[in-house]
Formats: sequence, structure tokens, C-alpha cells
Amino acid sequence: MTQPSSSRFINIGERTNVTGSAAFKKLIMAGDYPAAVEVARQQVENGAQVIDVNMDEGLLDAVHAMTTFLKLIAAEPDIARVPVMIDSSKFHVIEAGLKCVSGKPIVNSISMKEGEAQFLEHARICMDYGAAVVVMAFDEVGQADTKQRKIEICKRAYDLLVAEGFPAEDIIFDPNIFAVATGIEEHDRYGLDFLEAVKEIKAQCPYAKTSGGLSNLSFSFRGNETVRRAMHSVFLYHAIPAGLDMAIVNAGQLDVYDQIDPALRDACEDVILARRSDATERLIDLAESYKGKSVADEKAAEEWRGWAVEKRLEHALVKGIDAHIVDDTEIMRAAIAEAGGRPIEVIEGPLMDGMNVVGDLFGSGKMFLPQVVKSARVMKKAVAHLIPYIEAEKDLLPEEERKAKGKIIMATVKGDVHDIGKNIVGVVLQCNGYDVIDLGVMVPWPTILASANDNKADMIGLSGLITPSLDEMVTVAEEMQRAGMTMPLLIGGATTSKVHTALRIDPAYEGPVIHVLDASRAVGVASKLLSDTQRNDYVAEVEDEYIQVRDARAGRTVSALLSLEDARANAFPADMAAKPAAPAQPGVHVFPDWSLEHLRGLIDWTPFFRAWELHGNYPAILTDEVVGETATHLFADANAMLDQIIAEKWLTARGVAGLWPCGRDGDDIVLDNGTRLPMLRQQVKKSRDRANMCLADFIDPDGDWIGGFAVGIHGIDSHSARFQADKDDYSDILLKALADRFAEAFAEALHQHVRTTLWGYAPGEQLTVEALIKEQYRGIRPAPGYPACPDHSLKPILFDLLDAPTNTGLTLTESFAMWPTAAVSGFYFGHPEAAYFGVARVGPDQVEDYARRREVDLATAERWLRPNLD
Amino acid sequence: MSARQQLMDAAAKRVLIFDGAFGTQIQNRKLTEADYAGDLGLPADQKGNNDILALTRPDVIGDITRAYLDAGSDVVSTNTFSANRISQADYAAEGLVADINIASGKLARALADEYTAKDGRPRFVAGAIGPTNKTLSLSPDVEDPGYREIDFDELVAVYKEQAAALIEGGVDFILIETVFDTLNAKAGIMAVKQLERDLGRDIPLMISMTLTDLSGRNLSGHTVEAFWYAVRHAKPLTIGLNCSFGAEQLRPHVKVLSQIADTLLMIYPNAGLPNELGEYDEAPETTAGLVADWADHGQVNILGGCCGSTPAHIAAIAKAVAKSEPRKVPHPEPAMRLAGLEPFTVAA
Repeated sequence: MTQPSSSRFINIGERTNVTGSAAFKKLIMAGDYPAAVEVARQQVENGAQVIDVNMDEGLLDAVHAMTTFLKLIAAEPDIARVPVMIDSSKFHVIEAGLKCVSGKPIVNSISMKEGEAQFLEHARICMDYGAAVVVMAFDEVGQADTKQRKIEICKRAYDLLVAEGFPAEDIIFDPNIFAVATGIEEHDRYGLDFLEAVKEIKAQCPYAKTSGGLSNLSFSFRGNETVRRAMHSVFLYHAIPAGLDMAIVNAGQLDVYDQIDPALRDACEDVILARRSDATERLIDLAESYKGKSVADEKAAEEWRGWAVEKRLEHALVKGIDAHIVDDTEIMRAAIAEAGGRPIEVIEGPLMDGMNVVGDLFGSGKMFLPQVVKSARVMKKAVAHLIPYIEAEKDLLPEEERKAKGKIIMATVKGDVHDIGKNIVGVVLQCNGYDVIDLGVMVPWPTILASANDNKADMIGLSGLITPSLDEMVTVAEEMQRAGMTMPLLIGGATTSKVHTALRIDPAYEGPVIHVLDASRAVGVASKLLSDTQRNDYVAEVEDEYIQVRDARAGRTVSALLSLEDARANAFPADMAAKPAAPAQPGVHVFPDWSLEHLRGLIDWTPFFRAWELHGNYPAILTDEVVGETATHLFADANAMLDQIIAEKWLTARGVAGLWPCGRDGDDIVLDNGTRLPMLRQQVKKSRDRANMCLADFIDPDGDWIGGFAVGIHGIDSHSARFQADKDDYSDILLKALADRFAEAFAEALHQHVRTTLWGYAPGEQLTVEALIKEQYRGIRPAPGYPACPDHSLKPILFDLLDAPTNTGLTLTESFAMWPTAAVSGFYFGHPEAAYFGVARVGPDQVEDYARRREVDLATAERWLRPNLD
Repeated sequence: MSARQQLMDAAAKRVLIFDGAFGTQIQNRKLTEADYAGDLGLPADQKGNNDILALTRPDVIGDITRAYLDAGSDVVSTNTFSANRISQADYAAEGLVADINIASGKLARALADEYTAKDGRPRFVAGAIGPTNKTLSLSPDVEDPGYREIDFDELVAVYKEQAAALIEGGVDFILIETVFDTLNAKAGIMAVKQLERDLGRDIPLMISMTLTDLSGRNLSGHTVEAFWYAVRHAKPLTIGLNCSFGAEQLRPHVKVLSQIADTLLMIYPNAGLPNELGEYDEAPETTAGLVADWADHGQVNILGGCCGSTPAHIAAIAKAVAKSEPRKVPHPEPAMRLAGLEPFTVAA
């Protein structure tokens, strides 16, 4: 899965580091550079965002080794695409390296070890080559060991560098990770000191970053990989929220925090956080017991296993059972080979027969999306098994063999990270015989166009969930037009609509533009577009529809807008005598690990089924005449996964809530700390005595309180990667859908905690889960980007107030999508009359006014508010 | 006021105009070996050594520069694209590198000053430095990808010699142009930084990348965005694109650079793509129409032409953008922006 190009913690690989990797050292010492280059390639392929190159070895000519290796990897575009970290304790080696690196690298490291003059000389040289630098917390006295020394040295270095004109954003501090649990008492606080120092350094040195070499930490446990991995993972788990931006680490030497044996995890935590005086002894004792553990799995035989192999394959596909698929595929392949047939015939024969059954059942509404996705998983596994055989005899095959029905490029557009819907559509198309090239999320338009051209695609499918993605889709369409492309463009995703497609996207591109309402329509659309006989009629028919939409829009008598002045005159007159009292616990409250068990009980299942295109309300949907059986199975799978998620703690629910004193200035809510939250007001003319609402109306100008929150579900990445590696889209989509539900449940739980405890205006609130889901409580939590508060760009302000990146690990993309995707954020309003509403259309006068209040130019404000403009 | 400040002030008011090609203009004059060689007595043939004309036929170079000034150029460049030790060695003229650059600088300086004196509108001189024909990032030997024909320090010395002579000749800026190898450009930046320290003065840099494929990468493989991050430490007065292909193909890359570069943007594309005969035949109005589209979108500060462009092209561009609003320099939030061949931002 593609990661956003920014904002996340960076693992710097240490496999091309002779001091970090014995294998690499051996290759370099032997002069086997081609093999050493392969190590770098693997690192990048495995997702390294920066590669560290270190040749500091006593028996090596480090300058020669460094420059040779850097020149060699410069010749490999797969490797050279990522920045390099030139790592040496000898500055002349660094400078030799800088002369071979063409992009903007990182130098690791310089320090004040030899005094200020030499430090600044080195910094200036790095600046001349245009490199970022790692600054070690090291001065004339020695390496910084205590928290105080780490902070002092880094701050001193920062001030010197900035005064010299070194860009603050190009400084990375390494405040030294030292070995803990050494048995020496002075070392007990090393871990904690590092964590606390990082936090303080980030606060005192604006824009600077922090890094550390992780392997030192567990030096005392050499030889005991289980314990080392656990220590590294636990350390990062605490260091990242403290502000650590990157670390040099062997990615293979990390475990998922939540999967570490809780006893070991606690013992590591005790050591790293210096929580008890006997922490070291306890960890050493426990370490003894971690030697060679493995998990055994078991299988159950069933009746269908006795059937003929073709029948077994079909059954496995239709039922979505993957337990025996590889074995059965192999039996089928061997049988066909024996009869003189080719491996491709397994696909063309029994597997496609099975998938045709699936396709027919799905097409006739007898099978539903969750089952189709499961079938696809089985099919993918079978095909994966056959591919080596097919490849092996490829030369013998004519070009046209097993030609896919069509090739489709799919992407979630730039700025957006949501991909459940796109993945579902991709799976459905694939199991109907289309070749799908999925470019992932956050894909910029040049990549989409280039990929479509390079692969001679038949069409492009775009997906997006947040409103700014609509603009990005228009951009893609415009650029396709510019590029003279003619292939169809399919549009899908939660915020997309036929109306938007007709009004904004279709006119931008002369080729066919089709809004695809949901996954079940994708195959029909694709097959019509690729059909010689149906294509023209279909395209013309859709175009007619869009013209009608446009005509209807043009001829529509738009409801009159009030002037902003008049709208404000008709503001909602909230009774400020009823406003809630000051919070019991004002300020920011962090919840690093909310109980998943608790959240499970609050899950709103109806949207979960909707994500799978099963329509109906929970729990009635489980007994629905048509989809009930599928829904029941899906519900059972979801609950089984929930059991596992909770028992094995796959996910971590991290949240933050804040309550701040505020006042009101016109339509702005102004916090006492000076933060301004400009809100939008309805301008559509209202009938009778209904007000033109604005969220600011719920705030008392004479002093009031407002809250904010952000919650996110962390931890899906490693599991998602595992499912994807296992060709298991079903589990992958299931996990993502559940993570979304957890995020929503968390928002509900946290809101309740705020009402009853933190703010405390409803201490005795007693509501059932149903009542909670129906929002039968006092107060609202409107989210930026949703109808009452439609501007997504308020999120960065909210995130700053909450320090959400640190407190919850959530970050924002340039289009203000939250990452990880399973996340919710919003504001709390406690007034009893506070209610949700939609701002809807706003006039040019309000846009101008809003631009002024946000201190941005008009064009920016228009871009932010586009969905609310004519 | 410094030339740097003057250019920035002028660029804040309107879209400024750079000059066009020298090569095709010189070709049209059908000069002979005698024209090129003059009485320098060099041991090799000089025909084709366009840069040496500054010494042997300064009138030809002067006429071309004058034609561009008449066409409306605010910034003219010296005819010194290949006036470096490496390229001049092909003509056994490496001993004349300083002379050529000083003479070219003085020639352009005198003409720029003459036009400034006429109407009070400031004209500027950019001392042009080409990439040389050696590359720091690539091996010419497919069998040995680690081999390089030249190393960084040698190239720094080559650039520094040329830049010092151009400054001595009186140029306002050093223009590192047609950057096909990003590491070569970094050597050029290093040369100018050293020169600044030697001379104790500010030397404003203009940097211009050339793209070698339509996906928007130069020969060393850098995307436009990665290139910008790799050279941003030079704090150049202008960044931009030249040569490459025609304006039509450059469009998406101009847009990208325009959004991210917190400095002035200078673009001077070729006059379209060469036809089957290798000639550029895009009409001046066509080129002007294409580049004016960038100006209309507020994406450029300085426009000119590269291969195949003529004074007529420059005049057409000047006319087409006379009323256009110049690009407003954006100010992106500070962030660690690293680059391999592709950009990588470590956000706050």
C-alpha cells in the first residue's frame, strides 16, 4: 500500500551499514559490490524511505568504499529514487560521499565534539552541498547522557546553526540512545531520558527533527532476538508520540507492539520507562524463557473434500473457502499436465467455470459482495500458484493467450487515503476477468496518466472519499484532455455523485466519463465500455443523462440566497441562560489506548453492512429475506475478527479531547488562547421563522466553552500487508471496515465521556447503545468537512489545538484527509439547543468575508468552499 | 540598488522577457572558418566554436544581442554556453576560456547599459554556463556503472574558472542552464559559492533544468520537484526549465515547479519540437500563445526562448504577455524536503 509522501515516522534501513549489518560488511570486505547493491535494492523494495550508507570499518578504505557504492547505486533508478543518508564518523568520508550524491541527502553526523568552530565549518560544507544534517548530542565534554545535557547541547547546536543561516527544517538531532538494562544503576534512566529529551528538544527547536540509532538500546540482550525486538518496538511505541521523527533500525527487528507477549511487553516497558527498581532483573529472568516458540495450526476435514477435484475447485470458489485451494489447484494442474494439457487450462477451465458461477450468482442478486470478495481471494491464491508454471512455458505461448477482458487503472486521487471502496471495485473487476492495475492511494495525476499510457489501459477508475478529492478528479480529467487521451474515465467514491460528475468532471474531458454508483455496477459499466456493439450507445446514453442533469441545473430556479448581512440578522437566538457550566476538567486529555472491548459494544453496524453494499438496518438485516444469510455470515466473520483483534490487540485506539474557554466574534469562535475558528452561516432563504444557522450561534459572546477531539485507530498496516501478501482481500477489507467502525465508536464513547465527566454537563446520562447511535443526547460534535462545518481546512487548526499528531499519532494530507484513515475529529458544542444542520450554498459575499477571516486569498477560500459554491 | 533587488522589483510588476537562441542565429549568417578562427592562430579548426566569436567576430554576437534587446528582452545572456575548459579543449582553445568569457560579458554588458540608458528600463546580463559534455552522475561505460569521466572537484574548478571570468566581464547573474545532470548543477553551485567567498560579494544564481523525457525527468533521472529540492540550497534568484521540448510538452512541469518554488520562475523552451529535417519551424505566434497561457495562469516570472527561437519569437512573446500579471512567489511552510530521484518530504 502506498503511504502518504509525508508526515509519517521514518524507518531508516541499516542493512547497507557495515556497522549495522554483518552480511553487508562481508560483501563489502570481499569487494562484492554487485551483491551489495542488491541489498540496497531490497531495502527500497521493502519500503525504506531513506537508505543509510555507512562504511566505517577499520580495515576498509572508507572513502573508496563510500564513493564506489554511492556511484553504483546512482546508476540504479529503483534505488536512487529515495534519498541517501551518508553515515560516517569521519567528516572527510562524508564530504567524499557528498560529491557523489545528486539529490538532497542527509549527512549523519556532525557534532560539537571538537568544538564550535569545527562544528560550524562542517555545517557550512553540508549547506554548500545542500544536505540536511544529523547533529549528535555531543560536545567538548562528551556524549550527552542525561536528559538535561541532551536538551542543552541540542539547543546550543540549534542556536549556532540557525545563526549561521542553516535552515532549521534541515536539522535532525540524535540525542543518543544508550543501552539499558545493563545492570549499572546509572543506566536505568537512559531510555526515559531520551524520550523526555526528544519532547523538549522538539518544543525548543522549531522545525528541527529527531532521530536515533535503535540497536544500541538492547545491546545487553545480544543473541536474544525476541527480547531485542520487543525492546525496540516498545521503545518506538513511546518515542514516536514523544516526537521522534525517524530512527535507524533494522525493520526486520521490529514487532508489532500489540502482538508482543504482554508479560514481555510490560517488562520491557518497566525497563525503558524506568518504572521500577528491579526492572532489569525481571527482564533478564523473563528473557530466559523466550527461546524458539512456534504456533501450530490445525485443519478440519469436511465432506466436500471427498468430491472430484473440479467440483472441489468450484465449491471452494463459490463458498470462498481457501483452506485447500493450493493443494487442489496443484492436483488439477498435475492431472491436466499428465493429459498433455497446459497450466493455463486450469484457469481457463475449472477456475473460470467456478468464477462464472460466482459472476452469475452475483449478477442475478443471489450472491453478495462479501461473498464475491471471498471468492476472489480463493481465485487469486489459485492463480498465484499457477503463475510460475505459466511463466515457465510462456515462450511457447502465442501473445493472445488468456488475454484479459480489459485493463483498468485504479487509483485513489492525490490528497486522499481512503481505499476500501476502490479495493472492493478492484476485486469485483478482477474476478470478472479484468486486469486491474491498482496504483494505491495519494496518487498524483501524472502517475495515473503515465501508468494508463504505459500499460495501454482501456480505462481509468478514480476514487476518493473527502470533498477536496472532487477537485482533484476534475484536475485528472482536465489533464487527460490536455494529453489528448480518449479512454473512458470512471468516477466512484462516497462524495462523488452523478450530479458532480455531470456538472464538473464530464465537461472537462471529451472522452467518456461515467459515474459508477457502487461496486455492483462496475462490471456492467466496464463490459459495456469494452463491447464493440454496446459501447457507442451506452456512452451516448450516459452523455444524454449528463446533459439532462446540466440542463436541469441550468434551468433550475435556484433558491435565493440572502445577503450575508441579512443571514446574520436572522441568526439562531440560542438562550444563553441555558448554556452549560464550565467544564469539570478543562484542558487537553489524552487517551493513549482506549479499551477495544468497550468500543466493540458501541459499534454502529448499519454503516458496516452498507460498506459491503448490503442495504438494511442492523439487526433486522440479519434476518432479511434477501441478504440475511450473507449478512449473517459477514457478521460472524466480523465478530471472529473482532475477537482476534481484541485478544491479540491488533489495534490501538488513540484519542484526545480538549475543552477550552472561548467567546464569539461575529461568526468566529475565538478561544481565549487567541485561536480563531471562523464558521460558515446558512444563506439559503428560510421559510417562516426558521433561522439561518451558524455553529457560532451556539456560543455565548460573553464567555463560553468549546471542545474538540480527534480519535484514530492504529495498527492495521502490518495486518493489512499480511492479508494482501496472502492475496486475502476479504480479510483486508473486513479489517479496514472494522477499523472505521472502531473509530466511529470511539468518537461516540469519547463524546459520552466528555458529557458525563470531562465537561460534565450531563453527569447522570443513561442511554442505551441504540439511543447513543441515534444521538439522543445533549450537545453535538460536528466534524470539519461535514455539513455544519463544511470546510476541511479547519482540521489543521483543530489538530494544533489538540496537538493531535503527538497525542494521537494522526496526521493530515495536503487535502486534509486524516491518516491513518480510520479516524474521526470534530468540535464539541454543549448548548442544549445545539443541533446539526447543513450550511449548503453560500454566496460570494460570505466567501470574501470568510477569506478575510481566515486570512487567505479569495482563490484559496473558493477552493476550500467549492462544494458549497454554485 | 543591487541587480538582484532590481530584477526582483521589476519581476513583481510584470512578466519579464529573456532572450532567445544564439546557435540558430549564428548559423543563419553562414560564417566561414576564417570568420571563426580570426587571427588567433589556434592549432585546430574553429568552425562551429560559436563561443569564440566573442573574440573573432564580436560584431555578429553584438548584432544578435541587439536584435533581442530590440525585441523586448529585459535579460540577455552571454554567448558562452560552451566557453568552459572541457568543451573548448575540443577546439584546442582551452587557454582562451577566460578571454572568451570576459569579452562576452563586456559585450553584453555594454549593450544592456546602452538600452537601459535609452529608456531607463533596467536590462540585465546573465552569464551563461552550460553543463559541459561530461556527466557526474552517469557512467559512459555500460560495463562499469561505477566509472565516471570526471569528478566533482574537477568540474567545480572548470565552472569556477568560467564564472570568475564572466563576473570580471561585468555580468549581473550566473545562469547555470540546460542542467541535464543535477550533480553537475550542484558542482556549479559549489563553484559560485566558493567564488562568492573569494570575492566577498553576492553572486546571484539562475538555475535552469532541462527535461529529457516527457514524464518530466532530466538525464540524471530527477523529477522537477526532486531537482528543486536538490538545488534549493543555492537560494537562486530564478529557477526554471529551458530547452527540453516545446512549450506544449513543458506545460505540466511548469505548473508543478510554479507551485513549489519559493523564488522567481524563468522558462525558455525550444520553439516546438524539431521537424523531420531537424529544424524548428514553430511560428512565433504559436510559441507566444503557448507560453502566454502560463503567464495568464500566473505561473511564470520570466519567459524566453531556447533552440530554434528567434528575435521574432521573443517579440511575439513580449507582446503576448505585456499585460499579464506576473507569478506571485509562493511561500511553502518550512519542511525537510529531501530528494533522491524523487522528492521526499518529512513534514512537521
